[in-house]
Amino acid sequence: MHPALLGLATIIMGVGGCVGYFWLSNFILDTFIYPPRGPNAGRNINRANIIRPWLFLFPALFALSIYLAYPVVETIRLSLTERVTQPDGTTTYDFVGLANYSQMMAEPKFWEALSNNMMWLIVVPALSTAFGLLAAQLTDRIGWGSIAKSLIFMPMAISFVGAAVIWKLVYDARPPGTDQIGILNALYVWFSGNEPQQWLTVPFWNSFLLMIVLVWIQTGFAMVILSAALRGIPEETVEAAIVDGANPFQIFFKIKIPQIMGTIVVVWTTITIVVLKVFDIVFAMTNGQWETQVLANYMYDKLFRANDWGVGSASAMIIMLLVTPILVWNVYNARREMR
Amino acid sequence: MDNIAGTKSSLTWAVHLSVVCLVALWLFPTVGLLVSSFRTSDQIATSGWWKAMFPSEQNMTLRTAAPETQNEINGLHVIEGQLFDADKDAKISVWGISSRAIDSFKAGDTAELRKGGKVTVQADGSYRMENGVPFEGKRGARIFVTATAPPEFTLDNYKTVLISGDATDNLAKAFFNTLTVTIPATIIPILIAAFAAYALAWMDFPGRALLIAFIVALLVVPLQLALIPLLRLHLGIGIGKGYIGVWLAHTGFGLPLAIYLLRNYMVGLPRDIIENARVDGATEFQIFTKIILPLSFPALASFAIFQFLWTWNDLLVSLVFLIDATGETTVMTKQIVELLGTRGGNWEILATSAFVSIAVPLLVFFAMQKYLVRGLLAGSVK
Repeated sequence: MHPALLGLATIIMGVGGCVGYFWLSNFILDTFIYPPRGPNAGRNINRANIIRPWLFLFPALFALSIYLAYPVVETIRLSLTERVTQPDGTTTYDFVGLANYSQMMAEPKFWEALSNNMMWLIVVPALSTAFGLLAAQLTDRIGWGSIAKSLIFMPMAISFVGAAVIWKLVYDARPPGTDQIGILNALYVWFSGNEPQQWLTVPFWNSFLLMIVLVWIQTGFAMVILSAALRGIPEETVEAAIVDGANPFQIFFKIKIPQIMGTIVVVWTTITIVVLKVFDIVFAMTNGQWETQVLANYMYDKLFRANDWGVGSASAMIIMLLVTPILVWNVYNARREMR
Repeated sequence: MDNIAGTKSSLTWAVHLSVVCLVALWLFPTVGLLVSSFRTSDQIATSGWWKAMFPSEQNMTLRTAAPETQNEINGLHVIEGQLFDADKDAKISVWGISSRAIDSFKAGDTAELRKGGKVTVQADGSYRMENGVPFEGKRGARIFVTATAPPEFTLDNYKTVLISGDATDNLAKAFFNTLTVTIPATIIPILIAAFAAYALAWMDFPGRALLIAFIVALLVVPLQLALIPLLRLHLGIGIGKGYIGVWLAHTGFGLPLAIYLLRNYMVGLPRDIIENARVDGATEFQIFTKIILPLSFPALASFAIFQFLWTWNDLLVSLVFLIDATGETTVMTKQIVELLGTRGGNWEILATSAFVSIAVPLLVFFAMQKYLVRGLLAGSVK
């Protein structure tokens, strides 16, 4: 079937199926199982209301369990097994304990990915939040601020792959003596007079050049959230500070920042999660060469290039492990708010 | 408010200036790509895109017409013509007839050709070759010119990428594949999530708080964990790699955010409306479809935009669940990554492809920014 037709059919079946399921299941519940009539009307209504939430929840919970909860458990299991092709052609998964983990720990590439990831975890959230805060504070005070905001926010809509192309052009290098077409080298040659550099192949610094791409994308997100928080600050506190003779910098750092600290933490953790999953940028720009490897790309390498599911799953578990503190913190906060 | 207590006007211009700088810095890379997509590969390779707005000086190697076009006028053998293509409006400053001395003559000068005869080149590119004896050979003489050309842009790259290019350059199929992935993957999770969110927001049942915590936890589970187990599952139940698989995967991965956003929004709807409807005898199903869904439109729109952007821009999920060995179902992000690898130097194709792929999200972004911002705020700040 033509993909477009298949798509259309899927939309109709998906939407029709969903609506049909919800309508039909409610109809059956109300008409046949516990009809709100007859001698037991009251009891039936109560019983129907106990069951109904689960009718509404079932498709979502089913999909969530299969697509997110089951994989977590399964990945743990896979990370402890080795995929072996038996002589008769079948594949078995043999329990090997922590062998995958120790094999991974013995690989320099893993430690490179881990230490790069740590650097990403510090640099990207810090810079994005700082730039976002700066942009939020500045744009809130001028007439054309909303236009400026939407332009800074725009990279959010651009794919990581698109951003990789955009920034690869920025970092491009041409042979010495010819006109540089990458702005970075053009400036570098202009100011220093040195020969142009293949920036993405310079170890250590190239990781930072990749981080800049993500900072460029995430700053808009930080700005939007922090700008809303800044506007939510009660005016009285700022007015009182002005009356007391505080200068704009004191107002910003001593009055405003402490009041939006909670939001800053939320922004920081959200960007941290994005960083932990960062894959496309590295995959498209360097593919982990020249010491730019990160965990997500390392995992992809293991899974689909080396075809080593055990070690791949083990490295996925490392990502999960790094996410867990944030997960716990988010759940804790969500529960506290509901009370 | 800042003005009353006299935030110094001296600071105001500094603020304006900093914002201008910040915006320029953020726009600069994207503008570079956009400008590059309208330039020819020669232009991209020889000068930075920021010079494209200004007349540029280029070195070109051009060829006069072949000897077979010569005419005999008053005993002289003459070849006349124009070095540039008809639509090119360049101005020659210096020129030469040898690759070692490309700047030996000024426009209007006459040079002695090595094989005999003379050639005169004017600033506008017209030339006249004269010789006592007939010119020989098959090809015309090479002329090296340094010319100043006005800014020049072309739509050819877009033609190549969208219509005429060969399999690796043409993005049209990948564009439709991306669209085919995106639309069902945006619509289906919304509906499933909306029902679940309603139950979590307005129905009382034991375990509700636990379920919400479960969903908050799933919000941050890296989808990297899901790749292998789900691929095995898909292969095991016969879906394999293909559209069905990628739709299901996107639906599953999008659900936690969808439920979370919609529930947060629905909880804020006025209790009176819902209770009045219940008193008036509306069933839960009617309340949901007639009251909750229409009122939740802003939240539905927010999530739709998120999911659209995410599925459109996605690479990893498509790589794992969709694209098989035949490459028939490739999506734009994947094709661009391939272009980056195989034709890293072909900036005109790369830039144009990248711009085609980000044009749609940018359109959606600018058209529906309001909902996107609202969704972000609901999703992370309370």
